[in-house]
Amino acid sequence: MLLNGVNLSFEPGRIVALVGPNGAGKSTLLRVLAGELKPQSGEVRLQGREIARYAPSVLARHRAVLSQRVNITFPFTVADVVRMGADRSDPPIEALVEAALAEVELSDLAGRVITHLSGGEQQRAQFARVLVQLAWGRSRRGAGILLLDEPTAGLDLRHQLMMLDSVKRHADSGALVIAILHDLNLAALFAHRVVVLHRGRVDCDGLPRDTITDAMLERVFAIDTQVGRAPASAAPFLLPHCTRLSSAARPPIDVRH
Amino acid sequence: MSLGRVAASLLAGRNSAPAARDELILVSIRLPRIAMAAMVGALLATAGTLMQGLFRNPLADPGLVGVSGGAGLAAAAMIVLGDTALPAAMVEAPLLLPVAAFVGALATTALLYRIATWGGRTSIATMLLAGLALGALAGAGTGLLVFLANDRQLRDITFWMLGSLAGATWSKCAAIAPFLALLLISIAAVGRGLDLLVLGETEAFHMGLAVERLKRFLIMLIAAAAGAAVSVSGVIGFVGIMVPHLLRLVIGPSHRLLLPASACCGAVLLLCADTFARTAAAPAELPIGIVTAALGAPFFLFLLFKQRTLLVT
Repeated sequence: MLLNGVNLSFEPGRIVALVGPNGAGKSTLLRVLAGELKPQSGEVRLQGREIARYAPSVLARHRAVLSQRVNITFPFTVADVVRMGADRSDPPIEALVEAALAEVELSDLAGRVITHLSGGEQQRAQFARVLVQLAWGRSRRGAGILLLDEPTAGLDLRHQLMMLDSVKRHADSGALVIAILHDLNLAALFAHRVVVLHRGRVDCDGLPRDTITDAMLERVFAIDTQVGRAPASAAPFLLPHCTRLSSAARPPIDVRH
Repeated sequence: MSLGRVAASLLAGRNSAPAARDELILVSIRLPRIAMAAMVGALLATAGTLMQGLFRNPLADPGLVGVSGGAGLAAAAMIVLGDTALPAAMVEAPLLLPVAAFVGALATTALLYRIATWGGRTSIATMLLAGLALGALAGAGTGLLVFLANDRQLRDITFWMLGSLAGATWSKCAAIAPFLALLLISIAAVGRGLDLLVLGETEAFHMGLAVERLKRFLIMLIAAAAGAAVSVSGVIGFVGIMVPHLLRLVIGPSHRLLLPASACCGAVLLLCADTFARTAAAPAELPIGIVTAALGAPFFLFLLFKQRTLLVT
């Protein structure tokens, strides 16, 4: 069994980071939430209704999903792919496409064939497509949910931060974002809530400072590390292998003064 | 028939004998052949585009869903066993062979679909592999029939396998016209779906496509279109692969444009190929399947070479 006894509920306007070791069930959970996989027992409800009862075209208005690694065999351009997020021109698609491309800094590459771009650029293009779908769905009174499976994979640091800033802006305007993140520091910085999955179960669920702790890292990830507090944001951050740096002196990690 | 004679026969009254004979040639033989070439070309090319979209592979060909193999086996069976197994009146019916071929094509596709579908999901990859296996089996069956055939039957089978538009009649055209109409109406509805499928079945579902329903519909459409084409003209290869590939290079990969363009381009291509087949070795006729393969394959290689140098630079 990949997931067992998972019982979660989500509200709009929040960024929820789904973290856990490989094989913990994060992708499976996301796929169940997306309506792609049907749980053997239990159900997923959106606005009170089971998502299995939503037609795919209706569900697409409510939630947009960013998967890992999309394989494209035909020479579609970046603009073509981003445009696929929306169905009809209501509001006009081109405006949405331009806005999304600008948000991911791909406006210059809009006319390029997408398979000629680097992995990170393709990832940003897919994110732009998801943003178009989100915007189009919200204009049709959709629920405004973003499901992201490792959205920062393959991105350089600048674009990782840029993407998460973008996500934060959308959450602030009411979207619910559930994102699988491998980088716990980023999760701590951007998420309102962290859900830790371990072997198909929810290990802990709460604010970043309550969930990302030494004890959790030891228990779930089996790594020896220390968690400190970053200045200004008071978000926790990790320094892995901290105790192996030198036996003589441990570096001071609480830099608040 | 030269253009001059065509015009003369149309303008002259029915009274003059040479004009009447020319008119007969025009109306009963040439026009149906032109019509059938255009229709078969449109059916094959569009089925090819649908196949490539369904398989997400620019090398996919309508034959992969077992259409050619099943139709060929049924046609061979009808040719070899028909004399003995069926009453004489039935054997003489002009549409017997096309109907048998069409039934063979659909039956093979239906079988393939059943093999590849489980738990409400159709696996395209399984379809491909099972299609290869069924194709081999059909080939074995056809080979056996060839072995059992007498000379006349052997010739009939061979010409059927190589493809020919020589037997074009208005009744055959009328038989396949509904399939062409169905195809042309349907492609308006599936354009966006095929574009979404390019990103993957999961992604297409996330974007709102009812994936399994579309796959089912596409398979049926491809089988009907390619089956209809193959049943009246035999196995004509290359049109299904070449046309979509060519067009994609010129007008881009969006299916909304690609599908109707394939129909037009396929019609024109097969018309040209048929004209060549009729005139190149006059008064004999080359089987059109040979023409499309002999012209198509080098052209295809040329395209690949061009793409290769583009990739290097």
